Parts: sequence; structure tokens; C-alpha cells
Amino acid sequence: MDKIIEYQSEIWLSIGQTFVMVGISILAAILVGLPLGTYLYLSRQGNLYENKILFSILDTFVNIVRSFPFLLLVVFLIPFTRYIIGTAIGTMAATVPLSIISIAYYARLVEQSLLDVPKGIIEAAISMGASKAQVIFKFLYVEARSGLIFGLTTATISFISYSTVMGIVGGGGVGDFAIRYGYQRFETELMTFTIIIMIILVQAIQITGTKLSKKLDKRS
Amino acid sequence: MIVLENVEKTFENVKAVYPLSLTIDKGEIHGIVGTSGAGKSTLIRMMNLLERPDNGTVRVGEQLLTSLSDKELRKARQNIGMIFQQFQLILNRTVAENVEMPLELVGMQKKERAKRIEECLRFVGIYDKKDAYPAQLSGGQKQRVAIARALANNPAVLLCDEPTSSLDPKTTTEVLQVLRHINETLGVTIVIVTHEMDVVKSICKHVSIMKDGQLVDSFEIEPQGLNDAEDHYIEDLKRIAVAKSNG
Repeated sequence: MDKIIEYQSEIWLSIGQTFVMVGISILAAILVGLPLGTYLYLSRQGNLYENKILFSILDTFVNIVRSFPFLLLVVFLIPFTRYIIGTAIGTMAATVPLSIISIAYYARLVEQSLLDVPKGIIEAAISMGASKAQVIFKFLYVEARSGLIFGLTTATISFISYSTVMGIVGGGGVGDFAIRYGYQRFETELMTFTIIIMIILVQAIQITGTKLSKKLDKRS
Repeated sequence: MIVLENVEKTFENVKAVYPLSLTIDKGEIHGIVGTSGAGKSTLIRMMNLLERPDNGTVRVGEQLLTSLSDKELRKARQNIGMIFQQFQLILNRTVAENVEMPLELVGMQKKERAKRIEECLRFVGIYDKKDAYPAQLSGGQKQRVAIARALANNPAVLLCDEPTSSLDPKTTTEVLQVLRHINETLGVTIVIVTHEMDVVKSICKHVSIMKDGQLVDSFEIEPQGLNDAEDHYIEDLKRIAVAKSNG
């Protein structure tokens, strides 16, 4: 326990950094990933906004981002990060590659959830005279809502996992702390402690997400 | 009420509907029968342009649907109710919220919506289930909710695409009773696509027969009314049973 108390300010700082990185990733996933995934779904053949060219461009983009080994993506994006944030080092800089992967990852999960909505629902919506926006917000999202939340839960846990390697660009975070203090300084106690924190965090997110998505699912 | 003129439709080299014309009079219950693949579903889906014909025109009431803008078409569709074989209710919304949907789409005030929802649900006899979710209902109940939803905006026309094909004989009779009631009391013109001859015989006043994408015949009939389908089926079975034991 002594070590933990001794390093408590560093621990708090790293937890804060993890929250910033993961929080911004979630925001990016919702603000950009959700519309992107929705558009991927809608631009498919036979759908509301069918557009073969745009679909294949976006589909390929998502695949490319997701096929990068994540550390390489971080390095690859350094010039871009520097352009956006002004520096490639630090927690804020780390949020750039994290956001990119989050957007691609969640977009795919959103697309999948929307594909699960029976097509007949969309036809019913159109037959009622719904506009395209109404079809999306009043029908598609309502029917897919538990899948969208469950997907965001899964994604969030992946974001936490991705954020643990951001030490490479000085992003900090709990994972970085565990490696630098726990592993490299042979403080097994500190390493175990951080791992326990991570487990609790992931468990809490998964349980909350599963519960919420179940509660919102009235389909059976 | 509904006038199709020389409409035709081809799906990827398969001719679903050859050029045909059909007029459905105001206030009638018009049955369109045929085997599966005869093009009858495509035909009814042209009546609200869920399927846009490659050629020809579709008129519903005073409006030539095929010449409307997207916005005008949406508005016109609010005057054409439709129900489906698989009901297509929003499973994450309650019965009342499902009926509320078309009212929301036309921007009706909350208070008026509540009143209209109650009217519609009482009309189809399912008001007691207003807070249930569709998954908690039987097939017949789901179809009645779908009917209530289709009626919410007081449409002049109700299109029914195989409305009883996933229901058992008893609930089929219930649903047909509701449809006939709508036709008689509200004067709504009803079009029913079905492969079930019993449906046509019991409530339709006019029948059109489709085969291989073509309209082969169209004539008036005297609807024979609804008898208790379950008894009817048991009688049928008994007749076969007796015949066998005699043989």
C-alpha cells in the first residue's frame, strides 16, 4: 500500500489522462462514427441513399483504418496530428489517432446494428409518408437502439485498450503508468493495482452497457 | 378512386407486371388474387409508389401520384394507409406509440394525438393493450394495431398486402371483420392482395385475377360474409374423416 500512496498523484493524473483520451474517443465515435455508419448502411445497394461510389470509398476507408496495426497508425498520423493540434506529443495529441480508429470502429458496429433492422419497417415508414430524416431518427434508430448502445459499450472497452499504448507519443494514461512505474521499475504492487483498476473500469462499463441495452430492447 | 393506367414494372430482366390498367371504385373492397410470383404484390405496391412503375400512371383520388414531387408524394401517402403480411410494427414502441407515429409525422399536437390514438385503438378493439409492446401480442392483435396505425390519419384508401397470410383461420376472420367494418362505417376504399380464396369470397365486392404479371380477369362478386372459420375447418375435417371410414 505504501507505494500506492506514494504515487497517488501520478495514479490520479494517469486515470485523468485515460478519461480524457477515452472520453474524446467516445465523443468522436458518436459525433462522427454514428453518422458515418448510418451513411454506410444507407448508401448500400437498394437502400434510401444508394450511392455505389461513395459507399465503396467509405467502406474502403473504414477497412484501411481498421487494418493498420494500431501503433503504426499512431506513428503514421503524426504529421496529421501535428497539423491539427500543433504538436504530436501529449494527451491531446494522442486523442487524434484514437479518434480516427474510434470513428472507423464504431461506424462498422453501427452499420451492423442497422442491418439487423427488418427492411419492412422502412417500407412501412415510407408508406406512412415519412421523410428520409424521419425514417432514420423515428424508425431506424428506435429499432436499432439496443444494438447501438451495446456496440458503443464494446467500442468503449476497445478504446480503453487502445489508449494504454499511447505512452509512445507521451499520451500518458493508466496503461502507460503501469508500464513505466510497474513494469520498468519493477514495482509489481503498482502494476497489479493498475490492472485491478482497469478490470473494475471495464467491468463497470460492460455491466452498465449490457443492462441499458437490455432495458431498451422490447423486441422480444 | 384508384386508377392505374398502363403500369408496368421490370426487376433486373424479370417482368413483374406487364402493362396493365385497373380502376378501383370508391368505397369498394377490391381483392387481387393470384399465385405467388403473379405480380400482385408489385401491383398493390405501385398504388402508393412503394414501387414506382417503369411506365404508366397511378392516380389515387384527385392526385396523379406519378407526377408529384417527393414532398407532395409524402403528403399524398399520408392519405393512403397500408398494412403488411408481417405487420411491420415498431417493436421498440408500445401499441399506442405505434399508432401515434403517423400522427407525429403530420405534426399533430400531443393532446389531439392522444385523443386520436384512443379512437383508433377502440375502433379495432384493442385499446386495453395500448401500453403493451408488439412482442407481447398475438398475430391477430398485431395486425389490428397495424390497421389502427394505418387508419390514424383518416385515409381514403387502405392497401392490404397479404394481411391474413400469417394468421390462423380464426384470427383471419377477426381481421377481415375489422376490415369490413372499416369499409362499411368509414367508407374507406380497401384493396386486398391475397392468395387465399376464402378471404376474397368472404368480403370482396370486386375481384381481379393476376397471372404471370398480367391481369387475366376482373369482375364483381357477391361477398358471402364471414362464418366462424374454426367451425368451418372442423366441419371440413369431419367430412373427410367420415368419408374415409366409409370407404
